[in-house]
Amino acid sequence: MPAPTDHPITLTVNGTVETLVLADPRVSLLDALRQRLGLTGTKKGCDHGQCGACTVIVNGRRINSCLSLAVMHDGDAITTIEGLGAPGALAPLQAAFLHHDGFQCGYCTPGQIMSATAMLEELRAGWPSVVSDDLTAPALSDDEIRERMSGNLCRCAAYPNIVAAIRAVADAAAPAEDAA
Amino acid sequence: MRAFAYARAATPSDAIGADGRLIAGGTNLLDLMKLEIETPDRLIDVNHIGLDEIAPDGDGNGDGLRIGAMVRNADLAADDRVRRDWPLLSRALLAGASGQIRNRATTGGNLMQRTRCPYFYDLAAACNKRDPGTGCDALAGRNRNHAILGASDHCIATYPGDMAVALAALDAVVEIEGAAGTRRVPVAAFHRLPGDTPQRDTVLEPGELIRAVTLPAPTGGRQVYRKVRDRRSYAFALVSVAADVTVADGAITRAALALGGVAHRPWRDPDADALLVGRAPDGAAFAAVADAILRGARGHGDNDFKIPLARRTLIAALAEATGTDVRTAA
Amino acid sequence: MSAPIELKLHHTMDRPDSDNLLDRTAQGVISAPLDRPEGPLKVTGRATYADEDHPDGTVHGVLARASVARGWVVGMNTAEVRAMPGVLDVIRDPRLLRSPAQGQASRAPVQNPAEIFYVGQPVALVVAETLEQARHAALAIRPDYEAREPVATADGQPCETPPAKQATQGDLDAAMTAAAHRIDVTYTTPAMSHAAMEPHAAVASWDGDRLTVRSSNQMLKHNVAELADALGIRPGNVRILSQYVGGGFGGKLGISHEAVAAAIAARRLGRPVSVALHRRTVFEATMRRSETRQRVRLACDADGRLTGVGHEAWVSNLKGERFSEPVTQATPFTYAGENRVIGHHVARVNQTTAGSMRAPGEAVGVPVLECAMDELAEAAGIDPVELRIRNIPSEDPSTGKPFSSNRLEDCLRAGAEAFGWADRRLTGQRREGEWLIGMGMASAVRVNMLETSEATVILLADGTARVETDMTDIGTGSYAILTQIAAEALGLPMDRVTTVLGDSDLPPASGSGGSFGAASAGSAVMLAAQAIRTQLARRLGCDEAELTLKDGAAIAGNRMTPLTEVLAGDVLKGNGLIKPGKTEKTVRQATWGAQFAEVAVSALTGEVRLRRLAATFACGRILNEKTARSQCLGGMAFGIGSALTEEVMNDPRDGHFVNRDMAEYHIPANLDVPEMTVTFLPDRDPHANPMQAKGIGELACCGTAGAIMNAIHNATGIRVRDFPATVDKLLDRLP
Repeated sequence: MPAPTDHPITLTVNGTVETLVLADPRVSLLDALRQRLGLTGTKKGCDHGQCGACTVIVNGRRINSCLSLAVMHDGDAITTIEGLGAPGALAPLQAAFLHHDGFQCGYCTPGQIMSATAMLEELRAGWPSVVSDDLTAPALSDDEIRERMSGNLCRCAAYPNIVAAIRAVADAAAPAEDAA
Repeated sequence: MRAFAYARAATPSDAIGADGRLIAGGTNLLDLMKLEIETPDRLIDVNHIGLDEIAPDGDGNGDGLRIGAMVRNADLAADDRVRRDWPLLSRALLAGASGQIRNRATTGGNLMQRTRCPYFYDLAAACNKRDPGTGCDALAGRNRNHAILGASDHCIATYPGDMAVALAALDAVVEIEGAAGTRRVPVAAFHRLPGDTPQRDTVLEPGELIRAVTLPAPTGGRQVYRKVRDRRSYAFALVSVAADVTVADGAITRAALALGGVAHRPWRDPDADALLVGRAPDGAAFAAVADAILRGARGHGDNDFKIPLARRTLIAALAEATGTDVRTAA
Repeated sequence: MSAPIELKLHHTMDRPDSDNLLDRTAQGVISAPLDRPEGPLKVTGRATYADEDHPDGTVHGVLARASVARGWVVGMNTAEVRAMPGVLDVIRDPRLLRSPAQGQASRAPVQNPAEIFYVGQPVALVVAETLEQARHAALAIRPDYEAREPVATADGQPCETPPAKQATQGDLDAAMTAAAHRIDVTYTTPAMSHAAMEPHAAVASWDGDRLTVRSSNQMLKHNVAELADALGIRPGNVRILSQYVGGGFGGKLGISHEAVAAAIAARRLGRPVSVALHRRTVFEATMRRSETRQRVRLACDADGRLTGVGHEAWVSNLKGERFSEPVTQATPFTYAGENRVIGHHVARVNQTTAGSMRAPGEAVGVPVLECAMDELAEAAGIDPVELRIRNIPSEDPSTGKPFSSNRLEDCLRAGAEAFGWADRRLTGQRREGEWLIGMGMASAVRVNMLETSEATVILLADGTARVETDMTDIGTGSYAILTQIAAEALGLPMDRVTTVLGDSDLPPASGSGGSFGAASAGSAVMLAAQAIRTQLARRLGCDEAELTLKDGAAIAGNRMTPLTEVLAGDVLKGNGLIKPGKTEKTVRQATWGAQFAEVAVSALTGEVRLRRLAATFACGRILNEKTARSQCLGGMAFGIGSALTEEVMNDPRDGHFVNRDMAEYHIPANLDVPEMTVTFLPDRDPHANPMQAKGIGELACCGTAGAIMNAIHNATGIRVRDFPATVDKLLDRLP
């Protein structure tokens, strides 16, 4: 077995520079956030990339933080649910999830909202999905939202309300984009 | 997860011949390491070695594409050229995993994805792939997602990915660099059949690095990826079919078919594909090629249904690729 | 601040409610589709679940598993594992659990991990400084076994046939022989898993003899008793905190491995210990819903009037478990028919413990009965909705008791109308290219229950109120509805009421389970608030019935007085207690619904695409239209899983849970869930409780799977009698 080596890493988490010294490179990004940085908003549902509860945004992309080692993210910028908004100052998607009841037990919710945040960016960038009829010009149908959010499981099955919440935010953003 | 030493490679040459396992997206390797199915002593992080470009390629006119090994699945699926000229690849990528995983998973890493056999994933089970010589508990166990083609008495595991199935149908080539230089292996020959050494998934040798995957110019055929699974999204294929078929003047002039979820590698059978050439796209032609591809198929209990399912999915994909009415195709 | 002035209002449901308080209050928040008050915390990641807020010095425990199905652990490499980096302890304690406690057990489940009953049974807890160290060390545990041949599956096994669970009436065999139309079919449903998104977790710490456990549990008063009994300590020394529970569905009803193990380890080490189960452990070592085999016999006359109903079920569980899936629970009273047989048989197997999962019984029994009804409708040539309407009994046909309320016909008629049932074509008549289109329906029925529940409401001198009870909110909306009930009864805006839940030191509630939580805990809160209303009325010199409370003011006679003035610096406390009484015996209480589904089935591959679901329910007063609807959507999605995607696969040799992860046990993903509409019929049930509300969350998953299966038949002509309808079951029979 290799001798332990300290791995000092720097993460920019929700805009704050955090330096961690990892004596053990086995620490996942998820466990670093939850246990080392106390950011427990990011949830552990399966620890194997099979549920999406641990979704965070790294350098602008949504990923499963359970399937990544913290040490692999030295220098990266990470946004977690805590960086999106706070009670009393909710981000639009957070407010929409609240209003549309896009959650029940709430455990998958931070992952859903982080995923939706990045997913709307992917849509704006014109990325296709497997349900896009036209790969070069995907339209925002309900099935598009469903497919793009299928990496976030919800056993309470708030899915219809999640779709409604995301659609509300996407539709609210759409006119501004048309004007631009 | 067993303890390991971690090092970050800065260039491809840091990774070639390195003593240790390469980790790119990590979406499969870390999953397996957490369960101690994979127990590397050293991890070499290749996320910062470059190789992340998609560039024109090809001998003469540059109508092909060279995809760096570190290109993420999400970027590859969204690439304008891929969407336009190789929609099959885009659709196969998008049919796999989730948006989150596609943002991490890489072209090279995805080729190295290991089987989903639950006995491979179970340290208490006999598994020749995980622990050579112990046997195969899947043979008489629950084998719903197991192979019907090319399996052996030692292993009936399947390669679970989607991307490589499309790449195989598109005649893509893997560019591999090792201490001895660079070699090029067709994607269809990159994964091995299990035989009596199922512990080896691919022909990649220790110390070698996948640098790129190259796509030849598009054939002009119609490309279709049809994936059948137990859940509509975020699930592995029971059976998938990649098809690239050209029809001219009422007859098929070229066909390339690949199957996923049915074997230890993406399954190609060019001799069978050739049966379609010169024939009108109809149910009889589709059935003939499907029967030819599946002539040696064998089920192991739970997965017996994959034989008729593969047959029907082939027909469905061919019907779609040729614009044939499914009622006459079936 | 002066000491609170307390009044208790304790009520036993011996008579139907005649007061109907919530229909004479004025605040207007009850039933309103209000946002969840705890919602802002949940959408911002600030709601803290069990394995969060670790006390300083918390160390990590991971359970090691048995890899054989039956036998004894006769040795273990504990010394070797203790020497591994970071390892603090390896615990093999006879108090560790074999199985989690069953719902409402209130005593320890089977303990002692030395005897193995199923693969994956925890055999030891490994504790280390870090999670990474503990996880690795737990995988290094190598038990020595004295193994025995397991009973891997229930197939062909002898069964127990408990006399109390069998019933016969008339002569079903004769009715079958004489029937104009008859159905005699056997269906199977697979074992299923709760798969709540939050894995079971517990963080235990001791202060002297007092134990505090943050855990993810549904029924705290029972859990305290179970944990204390398992540890051999006084219940008074146990405090459980479950402020937020990341889903339960019955999988967290009883105390489980993690709480007991964490408590033992924390005691031994003198440090707080966190034990969060790995997802695979959740699947294989907590609970499952039993697989079922069901024989249904239906006999009817030429007009489709049922003359016989037989429903016999075969289920399984571990040795020593009293629970067995009550498959036929709703069959005795759903449809008429004078000749009846109910059968119940239990095989003992070496598999993951079977326990309650969302709508135990009806979730699997109703869809099968409803599929059989569909088969009978086809045999008799009668529309499926009409067949059901013709067979709605005027009283419980098995007991002769009146229904407290039977709204099945109303649900069927309204649901059929809203769905467009009239557009349904005969079997196999609709096709769109590759896709065969069909419609199906099913009745939804679920028994309604009330459980003892206590709550306190405190009206502070500033005119704000606090609700306190150890009730849990597992996503069901307890925070919302309990706040609404108190706000409505006290005439306060929602933001002046705070609800505190999930702390076993608070008054003991029913807990969340059996769809009785809202009715039980809600009634307790309403009674507590009513006790305060009584005090306020006294202060105003009026009768409580003449008192109107609204927006923080009391209106009595023609005078409006701000509550702060009525309180005059005092704090009023109401303690409410509801107990089930004679109305649970004198009448048959149930909730009702009708479910409709439209599917498309690929004629080529057999893939099923659910296009839409619509349901109409009658379940008493709706306490919050938004959260009630969400409960129904979730229940219907549970039904989608049981119809199309979910199945526990057991190895035929040792019974082990093969697909024990979320990639291979397929709960529905977002794309699996189509447009769903939910309609609630206006309803009150005075026999149920003083709020006249009934259960919701489980009703919605009773029937859904039947409607989908019947739609598949309508599309393809194929009867899938082996749930779920995966492609392999359709392929060889496609047209």
